Amino acid sequence: MNSGIPLEYYLIVATIMFFIGVYGFLTRRNLITILMSTELILNSVNINFLAFNRFLFPGKLDGHFFGLFVIAVAASEAAVAIAIIINIYRRFTSINVENVNELKY
Amino acid sequence: MADFGYTVWILIVPFVTFIVLGLFGMKLKARISGLTGTLGLAIVTVLSYATAFRYFLGAGLADGIYQKIIAFNSTWLTLTDRLHIDMGVLLDPISVMMLVVISTVSFMVHIYSLGYMKGEKGFERYYSFLSLFTFSMMGLVVATNIFQMYIFWELVGISSYLLIGFYYSRPSAVAASKKAFIVTRFADMGFLIGILILSFTTKTFDFVTLTDLNGPAITSTGGAVFLGMSVMTWSMILIFVGGAGKSAMFPLHIWLPDAMEGPTPVSALIHAATMVVAGVYLVARMFPVYYFAAPEALQIIAWVGAFSSLFAAVIATTQTDIKRVLAYSTISQIGYMIFSLGVSGYGGPEGLGFMASNWHLFNHAMFKALLFLGAGSVIHAVHSNYMTEMGGLRKHLPITNITFLIACLTIAGLFPLSGFFSKDEILTAAFHHDKVLFAIEYLVAGLTAFYMFRLYFSIFHGHDRQYDHTPHESPATMTVPLIILAIGSVFSGLLPFNRLVTSDGAPFESHIEWSVAGPSLIIALTGIAIAWVMYRKENTLPDRLASTFKHSYKWAYNKFYIDELYLFITKKIIFRRISQPVAWFDRHIVDGTMNGIAWVTQTVSNRIKGLQSGQLQQYGFVFVTGAVALVLFFIYLIK
Amino acid sequence: MNILSCLVIIPLLTITGILLVKDARQARVVSAIGMGIQLITAFIIVFMYLSERKAGNTDQMLLMSSYEWFRSLNIYYTVGVDGISVAMIALTSIVVSAGVFASWEMEDLKKEFFISLMLLATGVFGFFISLDLFTMFLFYELAVIPMYILIGIWGSGPKEYAAMKLTLMLMGGSALLMIGLFGIYFNSAPDGGELTFNIIEISKITIPIQAQRWFFPLTFVGFGVLGALFPLHTWSPDGHSSAPTAVSMLHAGVLMKLGGYGCFRVAMFLMPEAANEMAWIFIILTTISVVYGAFGAIVQKDLKYINAYSSVSHCGLVLFAILMMNRTAMTGAVIQMVSHGLMTALFFALIGMIYGRTHTRIISEMGGLMKVIPFLGVAYVIAGLASLGLPGLSGFVAEMNIFFGSFEHPDTFHRVATIIAITSIVITAVYILRVIAILLLGPVRDPHYSEFNDARWYEKLSILALLTGIVYIGMIPSGLSGIIRDSIMPIVEKLM
Repeated sequence: MNSGIPLEYYLIVATIMFFIGVYGFLTRRNLITILMSTELILNSVNINFLAFNRFLFPGKLDGHFFGLFVIAVAASEAAVAIAIIINIYRRFTSINVENVNELKY
Repeated sequence: MADFGYTVWILIVPFVTFIVLGLFGMKLKARISGLTGTLGLAIVTVLSYATAFRYFLGAGLADGIYQKIIAFNSTWLTLTDRLHIDMGVLLDPISVMMLVVISTVSFMVHIYSLGYMKGEKGFERYYSFLSLFTFSMMGLVVATNIFQMYIFWELVGISSYLLIGFYYSRPSAVAASKKAFIVTRFADMGFLIGILILSFTTKTFDFVTLTDLNGPAITSTGGAVFLGMSVMTWSMILIFVGGAGKSAMFPLHIWLPDAMEGPTPVSALIHAATMVVAGVYLVARMFPVYYFAAPEALQIIAWVGAFSSLFAAVIATTQTDIKRVLAYSTISQIGYMIFSLGVSGYGGPEGLGFMASNWHLFNHAMFKALLFLGAGSVIHAVHSNYMTEMGGLRKHLPITNITFLIACLTIAGLFPLSGFFSKDEILTAAFHHDKVLFAIEYLVAGLTAFYMFRLYFSIFHGHDRQYDHTPHESPATMTVPLIILAIGSVFSGLLPFNRLVTSDGAPFESHIEWSVAGPSLIIALTGIAIAWVMYRKENTLPDRLASTFKHSYKWAYNKFYIDELYLFITKKIIFRRISQPVAWFDRHIVDGTMNGIAWVTQTVSNRIKGLQSGQLQQYGFVFVTGAVALVLFFIYLIK
Repeated sequence: MNILSCLVIIPLLTITGILLVKDARQARVVSAIGMGIQLITAFIIVFMYLSERKAGNTDQMLLMSSYEWFRSLNIYYTVGVDGISVAMIALTSIVVSAGVFASWEMEDLKKEFFISLMLLATGVFGFFISLDLFTMFLFYELAVIPMYILIGIWGSGPKEYAAMKLTLMLMGGSALLMIGLFGIYFNSAPDGGELTFNIIEISKITIPIQAQRWFFPLTFVGFGVLGALFPLHTWSPDGHSSAPTAVSMLHAGVLMKLGGYGCFRVAMFLMPEAANEMAWIFIILTTISVVYGAFGAIVQKDLKYINAYSSVSHCGLVLFAILMMNRTAMTGAVIQMVSHGLMTALFFALIGMIYGRTHTRIISEMGGLMKVIPFLGVAYVIAGLASLGLPGLSGFVAEMNIFFGSFEHPDTFHRVATIIAITSIVITAVYILRVIAILLLGPVRDPHYSEFNDARWYEKLSILALLTGIVYIGMIPSGLSGIIRDSIMPIVEKLM
């Protein structure tokens, strides 16, 4: 059980993934890519959940539950998001996020 | 003391007539509604005369003095803890006398109108307004307290408004009624403020308490002083302003000549005999207070009366509309009455002016109503108001001619007609008081005789004009009232007013003072003689005189431009200089501020709405930056 | 169930009824029946109130009942009436019924119109019976909001602008009011204990003077906006002129009274010390209101504008009298509220009816209407005479109480203010007679006028309901005045 990889490593990976996700979310114009970036963010959080569970409360499973829960939510979210994206495509014939700006002043 | 409770019906009957005719009159035949109104008035007249006889022949006397009898009184509205408005009937010599005057003239006018207004549209409306007027006027004179008087004062004003504007599709009538109401309303504001001050000082509205010689009004002369006069004096002056408004005293007289736009019987009733003497009645009613607590006010009253009488007499000599001549003559005669009160003393022979004033009021009601009704008869015959379009009518209108002549002689003050007696007493009272005022009134007596006979000769003498159809005498419903009033004006001089209507209720002896009366008779005869020379036959003398005194004639003819002055004040000052700027200020400054606030809000929101760009990633960026900034802020700055 | 709550429930039931029926023609019948029942209920309440008083019940508030609403914040639905609320309830029920009949044949008649109208009525009635500040505020808002819909949809002229302006200004007032009310709430237990919204409870304690200085002006101005306090009155001309007839009637007739009522029931009753301290500021403002409104009315060309400015003047007189803080003047203020409510509702009803015939409201475009529509003409004249304070009609009684009460103050400031206010009666006469002369009298201006019908039955009903009130108060004022005088006593005592 006492493997050699310390907690910090997990956290570093997760942080890098998180910021890659944020970066992607802010800079990509394609809605699908944005969705993928969001998945990255969610998964970075998942890593944190599991790592903390493993290192801080080895006897409990709360972190695992949360991880699974997030995966489930992410899945359904992806389904909804893709449905929205398809609709957007039908309406704007594009999935470029810059074109989708109806909801403004 | 005798029971006078039934006098309430003097108020109730005309009020009921008013309601009935007002609500259901349109469904009745014109004739029926006219007769209903007249019948109501007949009842009132009978009751008034019965009251007068009972009161003067003993029931009102106690210890040789006529008492103030409260026949009925009940609280109408509680104002403050001390003040309450009552509605009631107060009988004393002057109110009983006024009952007789009002009911007589009103009854005559009701009968007269049956003929005069025949076939007019709105006959029932006319009679219901007349009933309203009679009700209000009766309520005014029998008021037990000054506030009841004010209430009926306003009601009289509105009935006058309604009757002047009776021919409401005529713009001039509408304008005249509006003017009459607003001018008197302005004066009433003075009256109201006067009552406010008076009631605050004395804590009562009640006439009996107010005029009590030991009462709060007369004994509280000390009080606060404002601009050199006591508060009591101020309040009495303000109350007199109300009276001056109704009685058309200078400078509030401008509405009366215009009020002649109303039907002529109305002018006779309201604008000659009854309503316009309300101011005189008011001063007479409050006389002890004026005399003891506000002598300065009484002095002002004397001068206002004297000036108005002279002023109006001068104007009357130049007017050509016969009703306007009579209107100015009314102002002049009321000036006499007011003036007479102003120079009167209190108690016994001292109160000669008071007695004379009321006497003159009584006589004036008779002969002025007669003059107006006569003028109405003339207008009825020739369909014109202008004496330049009349002449030689004595052949066509014999009864009108004779009664009119009697009235002219009476107003000129010829012995032994009634006008002589009362005018003589007024002049005597003035003689003992102030020689300057006395001289003015002498002059006015001459002018009166002159302009009345100018009127008379122009209408009834001279040669015939081109009439559309031959003038014919009026029907009996019109001539009978003329005859009755003529008899009244001849004989009312024989009434012993010095025993009946005196300042303190106690009779006193008075006699004709020939040293005063003689010259006044001569002056009157001179006036008549001049009129004879100038107007008996057509000649150029009047025109030549007018051109000689061109400027003064022009001023008098244009009524000294008082109307224009008022017009200037109302149109230019109130309308242009106050109201329009106020309206502008409201729209642009006050409302502008509100709109300005809205504008600022809108502009600011326009500026910052760009933040809501619809760019999802821009929001995300701001969000992330903000979150990072907050984290850094909390970590490094707040520890 | 408490009978007072019926006043709130009946309009709500009427709304349900309107929702159930098919079209607007049935909706108006339902509203008329509902408001008829409401009118009867109102008079039963008046009668119950009187008999209770006659039986010797001297409590300040009668027919009280209370239901818990929010335990944690101590908010109750508390209702009760004194003579003043009873008078206002009677007024409101008359005006609302008259309003329903006045909109009987409205163009663009819709079910929703009546629903909004009933909602408005619910708010007004609820306001007058509430004794809990929070509930009161709630009903107040309920009365203001439907106004926006009513004017915005069924109005005329620049209706969106007017509706927006009116609502925003009143909302601004509400915002101040809300702060004021919360201020009162949080100071309602200065010695510790439970905070309360109950007016009667709060009146028994003294709110700390520092708090009063803050919250009195907020509350007073908050209510004052609705009472057309200068310079926050400008919603009134625009709002009234754009609103449909029934809404103008209700708004000028009843809603503006909410302001005056709130001013003394809440602001002055609960914070008397600050009221005494600051009265002078508001006396100056209201004196300006009185004269300024009257002068403003003289030059207006639109009938509704004339009336709106006249309302500013008359409602100014209400606030003016309230600030005089004595029994007579405050009695006068309440009578003036009732009187002005009836009179101005009558005015707006008549203007609506005249507009329905001539299709213009500019007075110079009309003339000689008395000949063609005598019933409406006479009613207009009577309303005008009541407005200029003719004895025998309601305005006079109110004005005399106000002037005599105000003059009771022995100092120069109050007296000069009174005399300035008195001048308004002359100015009022000027603009009223001006309108009557131009609009009704004179020759008939247009030959088409002869085709006009005089008042129809529903119009007559509406007019007569209001006229009866005006004449009754004018002729026999002692009843109303007596009830109000007794009920005003606790408030005056608190202010002394």
